[in-house]
Amino acid sequence: MLHSVLHAIPFDQILIQTINGIVTGMILALVASGLTLIFGIMDVVNFAHGELFMLGAYAGVLILSATGSFWLALVCASLLIALLGAAIYLVTLRPLLGRDPLTTILATFGLSLVLQNYALWQFGPVARKIQEPFTGHFVLFYLEYPWYRLVIAFLAAAIIAALWLFLKFGTYGIWIRATTQDRIMAEAMGIPVPWVLTAVFAIGSGMAAASGVLFGPLVGVNYAMGTDWVLKAFIVVVVGGMGNLGGSILAAIFISLLEAYASLWVSPAQAVIVSFVVLILTLLFRPTGLFASTPR
Amino acid sequence: MSERRHRLVFWAGFCVVVLLLAVAPVVLPEFWRRFLTEILIWGLLAMSSDILIGYAGLISFGHSAFFGLGMYGAAAALMTTRPPSLWLALLYGLVAASAVAAFVAYFSTRLRDIYFAITTLIFSQIFYVIIFTWTEVTGGENGLTFSRPALGIFGLFSIPFTPSVLHWFVLAVVAVSYLLLRRITQSPFGMVLQSIRENEPRTRAIGYPIERYKIVAVMLSGLFAGLAGVLYAFQNQFAAPDFVFFLVSGEVVIYNVIGGIGTLVGPIVGAAFFLLLREGLSRFFTEYYLIPVGIIFIAMVIFMPQGVLGFARRWLNR
Repeated sequence: MLHSVLHAIPFDQILIQTINGIVTGMILALVASGLTLIFGIMDVVNFAHGELFMLGAYAGVLILSATGSFWLALVCASLLIALLGAAIYLVTLRPLLGRDPLTTILATFGLSLVLQNYALWQFGPVARKIQEPFTGHFVLFYLEYPWYRLVIAFLAAAIIAALWLFLKFGTYGIWIRATTQDRIMAEAMGIPVPWVLTAVFAIGSGMAAASGVLFGPLVGVNYAMGTDWVLKAFIVVVVGGMGNLGGSILAAIFISLLEAYASLWVSPAQAVIVSFVVLILTLLFRPTGLFASTPR
Repeated sequence: MSERRHRLVFWAGFCVVVLLLAVAPVVLPEFWRRFLTEILIWGLLAMSSDILIGYAGLISFGHSAFFGLGMYGAAAALMTTRPPSLWLALLYGLVAASAVAAFVAYFSTRLRDIYFAITTLIFSQIFYVIIFTWTEVTGGENGLTFSRPALGIFGLFSIPFTPSVLHWFVLAVVAVSYLLLRRITQSPFGMVLQSIRENEPRTRAIGYPIERYKIVAVMLSGLFAGLAGVLYAFQNQFAAPDFVFFLVSGEVVIYNVIGGIGTLVGPIVGAAFFLLLREGLSRFFTEYYLIPVGIIFIAMVIFMPQGVLGFARRWLNR
């Protein structure tokens, strides 16, 4: 009996889906940690985060075709979109400082419309392709699994770890954490709070762009790709606990794994429902987030 | 005295506007007649969302779900019964929309502010995914097409829905909904909602069960959004998953902000403004009209948070 049950479980497929889930989970964690950083520190729900992801991927496409170097494209696209993020912050969100946080949702929603349609106008509806930097494979059961996917996961983890170290030990990172804890006190201690906020938005934007470039080779780069990601990142951020960096990362991996397993049995479009179910259960039983240490 | 005068002015204004809108299909060409009917329907949807945004202080990014379920509910009634019945379509649509609204309300009202906005958004996406992937029932990406029912009461009379009759029907529904919503927002219930918006802990401290008030508010809002969906099904004779997508909810929020939240009429004005803007701009920008619309919207959020109507009121009072 047990033997036949064990036999019915496709272990090889499950292992492959585990790796797939971790890879997408790390990308999602990178997107969501930018989002949760921006939220936790400045009370801004960035609806345009997916659009920054998408523009980052497009910037990667353009720089890659100009220079031929994937790694240069990754760095330059992140810096470029970080600058764009800073500019966006100064023009649209700085004037809203001190108003109801809900107004920032409205402003960033408007922004996402503008950016998405700008991309459609500039780059057209046809998806572009980013060539992966190397095309090596290794054999995983019956699959030729590309090394590049594993590299993505490691790079995403490295970027998140760098962010964490920066927040924990860097002088500017400490400024950022001080601003989160008490904006007025931080200001009184001589921290240039408006610039800290601008920098945080820029860092979050750069992280979104980096994930866009990293993820580009797996699927086509398309003007609407940001929408899916921002929705997923929203789910992750709510499940992980808003503004909770560690929670977001765990939630991203958790949800991506579940979706990967679910897509063994149903189509990927329906596998999304799994993450919705996780969200509903989280809201029911732990509305402050599945991985929140203390209930808010 | 001033109270009575105020009321007189209101009713006079209401009658003039309704009369103008009623005469419109007779004098307007076909394209603008249709356009006006659409404005009324989107206006009703925006007005339903105003109960939450303007009165309860909850921004809903999930109104597309209520609207879409109203639409698909009406579609179900119109496709399964022969001959298609107007009242059954209304019933199905409203029941579907309020069932979804009850579900969404139960979960989302546990959260406040931004969390409410995000959960309503994600919930509407759940329904989008279900409708999009459940091809056998909903037609998936292609949606459903059906024929318009006749306007009539069984055994009494029956007239076909010509464009003008449809316009008058929509106008009547929207006008009655407006009066109902106005009454509701001025009732003690509406006052409690506004007090939740102004100061939630205090309202709770006074002893109002605010969760229950919020749930009722979301359901009420969903009901009227579903009504708008049913009307839209009559108008367009098709239901498509695009209408359930969260961008529709976002546009509804835009109507509210442009027109002025907490005014009920404002959202209709906002819908009219937005649709006219889209119509005008799409001649120059073709499908990229959302770029200028988005920029105007951001500018209004920053510089004119009280909306066109609030701005006009302030300007008139000066």
